[in-house]
Amino acid sequence: MTTQVISANRLGDGIVVYLTACGDWAEGIVQARLVDGEAQGEAALDVASVAAAASIIVDPYLIDVDGERRPTRNRELIRALGPTVRLDIGKQAAG
Amino acid sequence: MYLYDAIDQSLVDQRVEQFRGQVQRRMAGALSEEEFKPLRLMNGLYLQLHAYMLRVAIPYGTLSSDQMGKLAQIARVYDKGYGHFTTRQNLQYNWPKLEDMPDILAELATVQMHALQTSGNCIRNVTADQYAGAAADEVADPRIVAEVIRQWSTLHPEFSFLPRKFKIAVTGTARDRAAVRVHDIGIVIKRDAAGKIGYQVIVGGGLGRTPKIGTTLREFLPERHLLSYLEAVLRVYNQAGRRDNKYKARIKILVHETGAAEFARQVEAEWQEVRDSAIELPAEEYARIAMFFKPPPFKNLAGDDGEFARHRLENRDFTHWVRTNVASHKRPGYAIANITLKPEGGIPGDATAEQMDAVAALAERFSFSEIRVTHEQNLVLPHVRQADLFELWQTLRRHDLAAPNLGLISDIIACPGMDYCALATARSTPLAQDISRHFADLERQHNIGELKLKISGCINACGHHHVGHIGILGVDKRGEEFYQITIGGSADEAPSIGTIVGPAFPYERVVEVVETLTATYLAIRSGTEQFIDTVKRVGLDPFKEALYADH
Repeated sequence: MTTQVISANRLGDGIVVYLTACGDWAEGIVQARLVDGEAQGEAALDVASVAAAASIIVDPYLIDVDGERRPTRNRELIRALGPTVRLDIGKQAAG
Repeated sequence: MYLYDAIDQSLVDQRVEQFRGQVQRRMAGALSEEEFKPLRLMNGLYLQLHAYMLRVAIPYGTLSSDQMGKLAQIARVYDKGYGHFTTRQNLQYNWPKLEDMPDILAELATVQMHALQTSGNCIRNVTADQYAGAAADEVADPRIVAEVIRQWSTLHPEFSFLPRKFKIAVTGTARDRAAVRVHDIGIVIKRDAAGKIGYQVIVGGGLGRTPKIGTTLREFLPERHLLSYLEAVLRVYNQAGRRDNKYKARIKILVHETGAAEFARQVEAEWQEVRDSAIELPAEEYARIAMFFKPPPFKNLAGDDGEFARHRLENRDFTHWVRTNVASHKRPGYAIANITLKPEGGIPGDATAEQMDAVAALAERFSFSEIRVTHEQNLVLPHVRQADLFELWQTLRRHDLAAPNLGLISDIIACPGMDYCALATARSTPLAQDISRHFADLERQHNIGELKLKISGCINACGHHHVGHIGILGVDKRGEEFYQITIGGSADEAPSIGTIVGPAFPYERVVEVVETLTATYLAIRSGTEQFIDTVKRVGLDPFKEALYADH
């Protein structure tokens, strides 16, 4: 079964965020709520769509991660960390 | 430079306030993202991988020192201290906040800049030869025509919702530095036998997933008919261009599917309806706009400067820079100074706020406050006295802006790729960095000679890979970055679309592939033949054999 988390961009500044277990949105993927299976995924997307309707976040979607919440696709890994050509900026800069 | 009149300024100021209200309503939840997205795109605001991205229009790549200083200030105050100059002669900020956008646009408006028509299916920012007004072989300054087109196309009600985006490029010289033959419309300013100015109108060029070289619809369009003829071309496209499939919606597909002769006939028929109508620009208005582009107050200099010649003899590094980065100027004693944004291991097109400030100050001191942005992601000071070049170069060196590599293999075009772009399927900038480090030896670069290497991170081809002497296209293969290699492309006055050499290579092998291509060229070139000429002479086979000999 694929493990997933919900990602989106925050409305006010566009920064990548992840849905947490508490139902709020965190910048770090380590705080993301893990979702297993279609039913859990749809339930999490329902939560996210409420946040989108409330103008908190934009364009939520599910992404695949491994057991340590590391995205399995390059695109999502770059979103989670920052540009690979500028290690001094993005989330990776915070360590 | 063109200066806004009250109407221009009012239009831009009103748009800022309109967008301020739209942002406030979006932040308050009164507008949904679905409702807001087209509004923000009309103001150049995209949502990319990490954050919002703002694309600022730089009309025909011309900037004043004040404008460059403002771009630096915005980078420093509202972004992360840098910006990215693009192949559209524009500037992109990668980290602006939505809540700051109205203030950023208001800041831009104070220096007569905006982000209008940097997105959407409209006529985009008009691009032009970066040597405009300075090139020795120029028929006429292309910025005048480009400004006329800018005004005609700004918020043009009929052409605000075209089948797809529409790009126009203009050059005033036979030597094409503006890639006019791979634009939706390319314009070459010419003179007829009687010495009158007119335009070669090339239509249906473009890159993207279906690259095409444009077709000349008119060898010589009399000057006074420019706008009515453009109106006719756009009308035919607007009516007949495909809206059912975005991948077939550009005018190049319409011209190709209709047939160039039939398309020309339709344009001609449409033109008969609008020629000599109110659409034609009155001569006095053309003259008014042209006044803004009259030459700066050049000094009457005798010829080549003696001090300049002495510095060249005495300083090898300066000589290297002059050899590649300095071009002839139409005025004796003056030169065109190119500033490549391609330092060894750098990100093509990126400039820090400090570098932008430095260029602004240098332009003010040495180039009548004029700066140009090139479609090859470099900057130009168009009017520098030869006598000032040495001091200019010394200052550029202090700001890491004196890479002596214009037109060489390390002067790479690269789109932002998957490091920033939501559309990208692979990274492009780290490859550019790796290649420039690999070919860091300047003597080796000179030995290879002119070589245009262009990298795109997806099939949309913002990095112009189709027209690279060596083109590199990043693709996703089952989650891995692979790169398709083309050779033989060219965007100049003898344009060609590159040919794929064979199966794509993984990221790790691309530098080695470029090394093999250049080594093969060096082994088989004839005399002083450039890479592109060798490819045209011998074809692909020697390069394919070298690359795929083990397979």
